[in-house]
Amino acid sequence: MGHHEPVTDWETDFDHTDDVWAADPFPIWDELRAKCPVARTTRYGGGWLPTRFEDVAAVAYDTDRFSSRSVLMTEFRAPMELAPAGIAPPISSDPPYHKDARRMLLPIFSPQAVDRLEPSTRAYCEELIDELRGRDVVDAAAEYAQHIPVRVIANMLGLPEADADAFRGFVDHVIGGVALPIEQRVEGMLALFGYLQGHIEDHIAHPREDLISFLLESELDGQPLDAFQVARTIGLLLIAGIDTTWSAIGASIWHLAKTPADRQRLVAEPGLLPTAIEELLRAYSPVTMARLVRADMEWHGCPMKAEEWVLLSFPAANRDPDAFERADEVIIDRQDNRHAAFGLGIHRCAGSHLARMELRVALEVWLAAFPEFGLADPDAVTWAAGQVRGPRCLPVRIEA
Amino acid sequence: MVVMRVRIDAERCQGHGRCYALAPELFAADEIGDGVVIGDGRVEAAALDRARLAVANCPEQAITIEEAD
Repeated sequence: MGHHEPVTDWETDFDHTDDVWAADPFPIWDELRAKCPVARTTRYGGGWLPTRFEDVAAVAYDTDRFSSRSVLMTEFRAPMELAPAGIAPPISSDPPYHKDARRMLLPIFSPQAVDRLEPSTRAYCEELIDELRGRDVVDAAAEYAQHIPVRVIANMLGLPEADADAFRGFVDHVIGGVALPIEQRVEGMLALFGYLQGHIEDHIAHPREDLISFLLESELDGQPLDAFQVARTIGLLLIAGIDTTWSAIGASIWHLAKTPADRQRLVAEPGLLPTAIEELLRAYSPVTMARLVRADMEWHGCPMKAEEWVLLSFPAANRDPDAFERADEVIIDRQDNRHAAFGLGIHRCAGSHLARMELRVALEVWLAAFPEFGLADPDAVTWAAGQVRGPRCLPVRIEA
Repeated sequence: MVVMRVRIDAERCQGHGRCYALAPELFAADEIGDGVVIGDGRVEAAALDRARLAVANCPEQAITIEEAD
């Protein structure tokens, strides 16, 4: 990244785009949780970082005092005029608008709907694996994990799979570019909306069986959605559906590549995979959200100002020893696991059932094809910084 | 013998779906993925462990097990 000065004091000047945070944030969170459970920063116009599970949960549940109008901690705050929908409804919407905007989407992402996508997801994972067979070293992040959600979400939304590189460019900008200056942030978002606008106009002229057409035919409060609102929701699903799941698949493969005992156990006991997946989601939760403080207030002793950020670190919460026994260990048969990887409260990840299916199928297919694999070069592994964390370069030796 | 019953607090449920994944004989998903109790929620002895698992894995702490009257 390198857009900001390196952090020297995490308690008063934290930065979620710092290289040290990207490479290994766990010791930072552990130390903050013990010494300064709500850290602060003056970067990005000011912000706060709770690291205890109960504090993260309290912010997530308190939609009166913490707004979702912007959920990415950057220099850019979505204009007030976009409220109540926000820039990317419903993730950026507050109550009461949020409820119906979200409800409209939930049937599409229900467990029953997701079940129907499993065969095509599995076939696609197998196609990807076939291209990797016979090689010694493959990049499990770039050549496997990355492609799975791109294809799944493109088909759901009704966007051409051939535009996969363009999607990754948008995601990289929106999620990866959080430290960029405001002008560049706006430019990137305009490019995304410009791209989507073309496809939405095409769907208006030629309706089909996909999510864009579904949204164009949907109503909210008795009114059809306008094209700009459809674009914002499609933009959300495109951005939120890709590198989050990619990160979860990649982090899981990374863990199994460096932990032979866990890998061998899952190969021998495939029935344990759903339990193991929950633990991998807890230990390597990819997604951090953000909120905006609505009005000046003191919160848990912190003098919070209106429009300051709260970085809502579900990953840090999931490592809190007050909430989980042996929180710093990955225990793949952990039975009691009330983790918050998909958030808490009204903004629970709408795509969580889809993400879990993709993660399970991706790992089932990978483990069946490559029961023996390990990190080819641990030092070559790189992790995305910012609010979605996962491996972006993951060289793995496969012995098929 | 004491009969146990599971309940979901619909106000708290956000549709994480852990209950119906872990104890499908006791819970099901509605059309938006929220959890619903199957039938009257009575828990057979054989399902008690899975009922407890559902309670212990609900991120919203929306599930309770109690003695049926």
